[in-house]
Amino acid sequence: MTWLYDALLGPFIEFEFMRRAFAGLLALALAGAPIGVFLMLRRMSLAGDAIAHAILPGAAIGFLISGLSLFAMTIGGILAGFVVALLSGLVSRVTQLKEDASLAAFYLVSLALGVTIVSLKGSNIDLLHVLFGNILALDDPTLLVIAFNATLTLIVLALIFRPLVIECVDPLFLRTVSRAGGPAHMIFLGLVVLNLVNGFHALGTLLAVGLMILPAGIARFWARDISAMLVIASISALLSGYAGLLLSFHTEVPAGPAIILASAVLYLLSVLIGPVGGLLRRLFPGRHLEA
Amino acid sequence: MTVPLIFRDVTLGYDRHPAVHHLSGTIAAGTLLAVVGPNGAGKSTLFRGVVGILKPLAGVIDRGGLAVRDIAYLPQIADLDRSFPISVFDFVGTGLWHRCGLFGGIGRRERDDIIRALAAVGLQGFENRIIGTLSGGQTQRMLFARTLLQDADVIVLDEPFNAIDAKTTEDLLELVRRWHDEGRTVLAALHDFDLVRAAFPETLLLARSVVAWGPTKQTLTDANLQEARRMCEAFDDQAAACAGDPTNRQAVS
Repeated sequence: MTWLYDALLGPFIEFEFMRRAFAGLLALALAGAPIGVFLMLRRMSLAGDAIAHAILPGAAIGFLISGLSLFAMTIGGILAGFVVALLSGLVSRVTQLKEDASLAAFYLVSLALGVTIVSLKGSNIDLLHVLFGNILALDDPTLLVIAFNATLTLIVLALIFRPLVIECVDPLFLRTVSRAGGPAHMIFLGLVVLNLVNGFHALGTLLAVGLMILPAGIARFWARDISAMLVIASISALLSGYAGLLLSFHTEVPAGPAIILASAVLYLLSVLIGPVGGLLRRLFPGRHLEA
Repeated sequence: MTVPLIFRDVTLGYDRHPAVHHLSGTIAAGTLLAVVGPNGAGKSTLFRGVVGILKPLAGVIDRGGLAVRDIAYLPQIADLDRSFPISVFDFVGTGLWHRCGLFGGIGRRERDDIIRALAAVGLQGFENRIIGTLSGGQTQRMLFARTLLQDADVIVLDEPFNAIDAKTTEDLLELVRRWHDEGRTVLAALHDFDLVRAAFPETLLLARSVVAWGPTKQTLTDANLQEARRMCEAFDDQAAACAGDPTNRQAVS
């Protein structure tokens, strides 16, 4: 039995950095995955990806001004994320360009700009840190910021839950009963940015959106209604985090990519055997019922 | 509180082009009114104006102090995201917004009301079904259940019986009659003249502007229907500003 202990629990009991990483992932999973579910249901998965990249130049400017400072990079990231979220919406509304095209444009520019700014001052190590995060080196202040953002997200999401859901299903109806639709959407975009900055600290810009979108995709294959989906998304995010950390610990693969890969394995499994529209269910539906 | 809807020289449209031109008249409280006319006649546009989603290009729609939320509006089905994972019970429950708002809980009384509304449209036992699994007719029944819960003084139904079978139409029409008996104002856009003649005491025949408006028998005459069919549907990009527009009139004089 000791080998099982060594494989699954030991690393977390012996090493503080593993416990910290797990605590950070717990916060990311609880708050980020539900946001990812809403991104998916609003058909904004790619928008989330684009905003994630947009955080890079903001965080990079923070880095340029004060090095690897948590505060500067967080504020810079949040500001840049907001600006791009608003601008891309504006460009698609005011001009002929569709939102997906304008988002693609914004995220290419952001990535190029961000990498350029970081390499103005930093080394390649810094660049790697910004692009892929550093989940295994979460210090106290960073953990606190992540936990604070996650708590805030869950509270605010609970407050805007009703208009947000109705705005997805029947936006016109919401407009006739309430003016909450517009504000709810803006607040939701704010939560997206907040959680992407959270993910940025742990997984870096390139993978931040992974722990939001992949669990949402997984949940779709296991649950039929939104409440169950939110819970399953959080659980599968946490599970991928745990498996990814172990994978990284035992094989010395970088932790961020390992976590996303673990999530991807769960996703593939769900596509295959998920009871709601999974491939296996489609290929072998079983005999049809009497009524 | 029931009040009449008063239209004062209302023009509704998009990008300055009128879709409904110079509509004046009154819909008395408690009226059961059918709005008929060919496709593109401006029925939906008129309804958007009534519920306040579309601001008139000119003129005034006087709702007698009714707020937008006192008017229940059932648009044509297309606006619904039927792939969204929400149960029939929760969806119909959104009709209680005026009572529960953003944060109000759904208690026992609300639960009972939702169950009763589902029963009234013949959807008992569908509470836990996901909305995407309903057929077209069942979806329309569900939307009627939500409208029922809205408990509104004015109810606006945009082509509620399109692609709906006879049985469902009869069931839902029963609900419309009940609303009428309760003294609510009901407006419905319809294409089935027989149904209008059978169930709607008053009719507004629309073809970009009013062709006829009054008791159904006098409105749906062959001559009137002929005239409605001659309506020109296309916008004219070169159209000059309308001389009947009050803002324009002032500028000239």
